Amino acid sequence: MAVLDIQKLSVSYATPRGELKALRDVSITVPDRKIVGIVGESGCGKSTLISAIIRLMAPNAHVGSGQVAFKGEDLLTKGEAQIRALRGTQISMVFQDPMQTHNPVLTVGRQMIDIQYRDALSKAEKRKRAVDMLALVGIPDPEARLNQYPFEFSGGMRQRIAIAMALMARPALLIADEPTTALDATLEVQIIKRLRELQDEIGCSILFISHHLGVIAELCDEVVVMYAGEVVEAGSVRDVFHSPAHPYTRALLECDPGHIKEKTRNLPTIPGNIPDLVNLPSGCIFAARCPRRFDACTARPAMAEASAGHGTACHLIGMEMTA
Amino acid sequence: MNTLLDISDVVVRFGVRGGVFRSAGTIDAVSGVSLKIEEGQTYGIVGESGSGKTTLARAVAGLHHASEGSILYLGKELRNLPETQFRKLRREIVMMFQDPIGSLSPRLSIKSLITEPFRIQGMTDRDLDAEARRLLQMVGLPPEFAARYPYQISGGQARRVGVARALALDPKLLIADEPTAGLDVSIQGEMLNLLARLQDELGLAIMIITHNLNVVRHITDRVGIMYLGKLVEEGDTDTVFASPQHPYTLALLAANPEPDPDAQLMRIELQGEPPSILRRPKGCEFHTRCPFAQARCAAEVPDWQVKGAAAHRCHFPSAWEENRMEKL
Repeated sequence: MAVLDIQKLSVSYATPRGELKALRDVSITVPDRKIVGIVGESGCGKSTLISAIIRLMAPNAHVGSGQVAFKGEDLLTKGEAQIRALRGTQISMVFQDPMQTHNPVLTVGRQMIDIQYRDALSKAEKRKRAVDMLALVGIPDPEARLNQYPFEFSGGMRQRIAIAMALMARPALLIADEPTTALDATLEVQIIKRLRELQDEIGCSILFISHHLGVIAELCDEVVVMYAGEVVEAGSVRDVFHSPAHPYTRALLECDPGHIKEKTRNLPTIPGNIPDLVNLPSGCIFAARCPRRFDACTARPAMAEASAGHGTACHLIGMEMTA
Repeated sequence: MNTLLDISDVVVRFGVRGGVFRSAGTIDAVSGVSLKIEEGQTYGIVGESGSGKTTLARAVAGLHHASEGSILYLGKELRNLPETQFRKLRREIVMMFQDPIGSLSPRLSIKSLITEPFRIQGMTDRDLDAEARRLLQMVGLPPEFAARYPYQISGGQARRVGVARALALDPKLLIADEPTAGLDVSIQGEMLNLLARLQDELGLAIMIITHNLNVVRHITDRVGIMYLGKLVEEGDTDTVFASPQHPYTLALLAANPEPDPDAQLMRIELQGEPPSILRRPKGCEFHTRCPFAQARCAAEVPDWQVKGAAAHRCHFPSAWEENRMEKL
């Protein structure tokens, strides 16, 4: 069964200009023990999606419709106390900036013991678990390191400590929001490798948000491509990266300089801007920037199967099948 | 081609405040860097956080004092040049800072921001409205942007404004600190294409500081790889990418996940964390993280070895090649 099953989720924000439709009919499934990546550029709704899952939404956010099922139960209808019981134990999160995740005036050990407040264990046992967890994420000399403050660790180590804390309660779902963006490339590789090992060891599912296509390709089993608040393509990493079906996914892959083998001074771009989410265009959300736009694109495309388990919201799919 | 910038053995030293019982010391954030930038060339400086790349750039722009060595700009020594004289040179050597929004004053209009260089240089005879239009057009922004304020524009547009301001006085050398950091890939390409186009049109040299090797590969002529304030490898970009000699260069190249799940990358995993610049390792400073380190690396400082179009600092430059053979 899927750990997380989001169906037709729509979230909007009340703004002075009107209703900003940040997410529209978003459906994403995170299967058991799988790593699902979400890619998309600024403004695609990644952050809104996370805040809807863990129910930490801005005061002006409003869920229009849909459901967020976690192990079969809809999180959106749960009470605040029930949600709080899930956060940190069943669903936990690693944030983007490792430098600001920890409390600067408490030792790492104190913070790692504090977050186990739910467990009826002695302090020594909690400390032991903290040591084990730090060792698991590859912090050398964990016993002594527990007595140190966050500023005594490098950025890469702090992010690993954040991962250790998030996995402490062995959650069923880990949400990682751009956990490597603030890190240097060589450390990024270390963290990704570690995440894979930990996922395997703990047996959790991971929802991994990133705008770095290479990282997604390296780490994830499945990938969801979002654009301006909608899912435009979803499938296995291999299907989506090897045979992208949506023109946006294709353009995104073409823009990645890592993808371009020949040296060039003229890099591909995606002309145009993302649409105004207050005054949405009526048809396909990507139509205005799409190189393959045609008559049908004035109507909003439904999700269609490009191949088994590989879906895309594009009119071209039906065309290519009949052609 | 003329040499525009000739940096030799530059050291940038900072004082470190000691604790109560510790004496104050110094650190060399840039520790003996030499490189040359020709007119109209693009030079990439690559390295991780704390490698000293921004400090080096700021020393060239006169924002940090270089303690040792020399920085020759068209044969003129910039080190120890008094600020009053350096200010005149800032028509020719300009810097574009990393944080695009943060480097624009929130209380000035875009027009004031991009024409500020004229006022600072006392060029009051210019028609600032016309200059603003010219500069906005040059970076591909509509003229009505002149009346806007920084909070009304996007990150990508803010970077274009940064470019317009940097190029207002028709400089010879543009120092761009992480010009694409934090940009989406689609906009990153626009920014780099803009810089390439302006370079062709205006014939300016660009010193680009980045940790993104993919960017460097496409747009630079030469590249220098920095580690702990020193160059570990330097040379013609194509040569360095085709046959990296230093294991750190190799690790950086390998740490660049390709957007292809089946890419067979040679993974060079570095051990541990970057050492503190306060406690530089003995011998080769990279040996504590190098997967190919041998006994000699911990004892002897490797020499700077020139090999064809590139140069590097490593005792066993071919060690990784043997390793790769084994893997294949």
